[in-house]
Amino acid sequence: MTAIAASQQSRLGRVMKAIGILPVVLIITCILLALYEPRFLRTSNLINVLRNASFLAIISAGQMLVIIVGGFDISVGAIVALTSVSTALSMVGLSTIGIESAPLIVLLGCLAGLVPALVVGIVNGFFVSVMKISPFMVTIGTMTMAAGIAGYVTGGTPIYDMPELFTREIGRGRFLELPYIVYAAAIVLLALWYMQTQTRLGRYFYAVGGNEKASRLSGLNTRKYIWLAYILSALLAGIVGIFLTARVGSGEATLGSTLMLESISVAVIGGVALKGGVGRIQMVALSAIFLSVLSNGMSLARIDSKNHIIIIGLVIIIAVAAESYRENRRSRHV
Amino acid sequence: MNATSTGPGEVISPGTPLVEISHLDKSYGAFKALEDMQFELRAGEVHVLFGENGAGKSTLIQIICGVQNYDSGEYRLFGETLTGLTPAVAHEKGVSIVFQEFSLIPEMTVEENLFLGHEITGGWRLAKSAMRAKVQSVLNRLGFKLDPAARVSTLRRAHQQMVEIAKALLWDCRVLILDEPTASLTDQEAAQLFDIIEQLRDEGLGIIYVSHRMPEITRLADRITVLRDGKYITTVNQADTSEKELVQLMTGRSFDSFFPQIARNPGETVLTFEDVTLQSGHAKNLSFSVRRGEVLGFAGLAGCGKSEVLRAAFGLEKIATGRITANGVALEKHNPRKALSSRICYFPSDRSTEGLAMHQSLTFNSTIAALDDPVFSRRKTLLNRRAERGFTEKMIDKLKIRTPGLTAKADQLSGGNKQKLMIARGLSREFDVFLFDEPTVGVDIQAKLEIYDVIKTLTEEGKAVVIASSELAEVMHMSHRVIVMREGRIVGELDGEAVTESAVLSHFFDHDNKSQAEEQHAS
Repeated sequence: MTAIAASQQSRLGRVMKAIGILPVVLIITCILLALYEPRFLRTSNLINVLRNASFLAIISAGQMLVIIVGGFDISVGAIVALTSVSTALSMVGLSTIGIESAPLIVLLGCLAGLVPALVVGIVNGFFVSVMKISPFMVTIGTMTMAAGIAGYVTGGTPIYDMPELFTREIGRGRFLELPYIVYAAAIVLLALWYMQTQTRLGRYFYAVGGNEKASRLSGLNTRKYIWLAYILSALLAGIVGIFLTARVGSGEATLGSTLMLESISVAVIGGVALKGGVGRIQMVALSAIFLSVLSNGMSLARIDSKNHIIIIGLVIIIAVAAESYRENRRSRHV
Repeated sequence: MNATSTGPGEVISPGTPLVEISHLDKSYGAFKALEDMQFELRAGEVHVLFGENGAGKSTLIQIICGVQNYDSGEYRLFGETLTGLTPAVAHEKGVSIVFQEFSLIPEMTVEENLFLGHEITGGWRLAKSAMRAKVQSVLNRLGFKLDPAARVSTLRRAHQQMVEIAKALLWDCRVLILDEPTASLTDQEAAQLFDIIEQLRDEGLGIIYVSHRMPEITRLADRITVLRDGKYITTVNQADTSEKELVQLMTGRSFDSFFPQIARNPGETVLTFEDVTLQSGHAKNLSFSVRRGEVLGFAGLAGCGKSEVLRAAFGLEKIATGRITANGVALEKHNPRKALSSRICYFPSDRSTEGLAMHQSLTFNSTIAALDDPVFSRRKTLLNRRAERGFTEKMIDKLKIRTPGLTAKADQLSGGNKQKLMIARGLSREFDVFLFDEPTVGVDIQAKLEIYDVIKTLTEEGKAVVIASSELAEVMHMSHRVIVMREGRIVGELDGEAVTESAVLSHFFDHDNKSQAEEQHAS
């Protein structure tokens, strides 16, 4: 009898291994929430969840790339703040020098706003890949500096007076009922999915994270891919910064302060292995949705927002424990 | 050497020099790794590089394949003088290498690993079906039964080795470098590899073969270049030399017998397995006992369960049924901690993942298992660093560990010296039972002899020694008793004079010969 039980368990185990446990948990969470609180299923609420998930998915996608190459990006939250400030300042500056066309101001403002993010990404990548400094320390350093610069430039007050096109249309506008950020997230996810599964670049990210020395012996320029991962992460954080700025309608040096922790949580819950070399964008996207559903559910259930983070912390630890349990089981079979 | 070859696109006539190296120097700081080195590889030959630890073999092949550069001298590849060669360029020109330390990405599939760095693409997209077809053709050509979609981390070491070789041969290659390719292969798998090497030689490839194993050298080599202490000694034709001469050339001194004579004084039984079956199913119904003053060997093909037996004795495998007893005490819920306190010491085969803290110093590694010993600690909490240093120095001396210093990191040492460092750890406290899993994998001849000496000393001091080895000669000559395993079961036990190659081999493969071997055993 135990043998039968074991074989059934292993069949279940195989299914679990193929699709992972996350989709199941997500569906169960949604069903329970819908039963407990029907407001969850209202269109406006679902769109709200999707919007939050989109912000999270984009920034976590960058975090995923960095973790896959065996690193960590602590600076993403500060990049969001820095981008918010730089985007707002650029737009205000562009309009004071006499540019009238709102679309031009918005376009140039966004591009200029991304420059600091790009710089932080390049600096992170340089120190990690060329100087071989621990990613943890490098990105903590750049995080502090980025946050400091954002705070210094604004002097602690939000920056207003951005074009309505930006704050109203991009920030609150919709296309086919869905906010623009959802489309932005969809594009980012698709592009990364294509990269991970269909291109050399994606494969090299995995290779470098899986075994850097072996990759070098196979003729890969490992520095280049590590460097690139940090740049992409910073740029994706910058994009999130721009959309968040549009959403809140002002440039703020405090924006995105929780995103660093959340992006790492999403990546880890999505099965991105902290040892590097493992991680799929689909799972990260699901994980972002899961975390958004969870916070939304807790808000609907009127759980104090201070307690949210306690529960989310618990979920992260369970996710990591489950991952390492699976890893142990697998290595024992070899 | 007599085959006319058809290389990719051009005909390489046998005997054409492919690699020519002369007056090559390479230093790491003050340490001269290679001095006035010369080497020549011709098309259609197997050229063995032969030398001790630190003789410069690794440095030389790394220079040939572009991983290292050199200080001065000349390196001509396919008649072209080269400077600033990189691994990518070398690969493009047709130099492929199979490293001793695996250069595979564990989380990627066989196929992904084979193409790493050289993926076939159509535009931006990976041409997956084209790659699959190419993988299949190369695996078929080599006769390897591997699933291209299998994740490398799920493969056995021998299969990982096959992936390495397939990776080197996936592209048209004219120079193939094999660094100890049989270190983790069973005799059967090795024989298969030799056939492939001979086939490739006949196709006109130049093959550089680094190995310490005499039978392989005798079978494969056309020419042999001997290195010692970074210097070129000589190049000889295999046909004109003997094993004895080669070993003399390599060591610069002579010795008579390879395996030491170990005196046998069987004492009390210190470790007993009674009908033990492992939870993993890798070994079943094991019953045997280990006595002081003798060497017990476990022989069998890779994956037959002999490593698992040792792991079980050390508490690294869970036991489903049966009982393990040490010094008369049954070990319930066995684990390594209990094993250590029952005075059992284990040396794993995979020294980098299970054996040593690679980024820590020699001292750290040699005393880490004995820090609770009052010798190394003060009042149970503080480290006695002087005693640690003293012990490590003593061990470096006794085991002849070649190291730049006490503070050198474990991964700076060569394979043989890593193994000796592990043995030093084993000697850091009092043990009764020493379990050696593949004691000389990836170790050169000199270090091998020194390790054999340690085993001899331990045994003659009255310790119980257990060896599991895939190298048949090693188990046979080092052990007083040999247990042969197949598919997780003990299929034969041979004692003393009955330990002969044919007796052991008959147990390896075939049921019918079993009775015959048992007759031998009885007689």
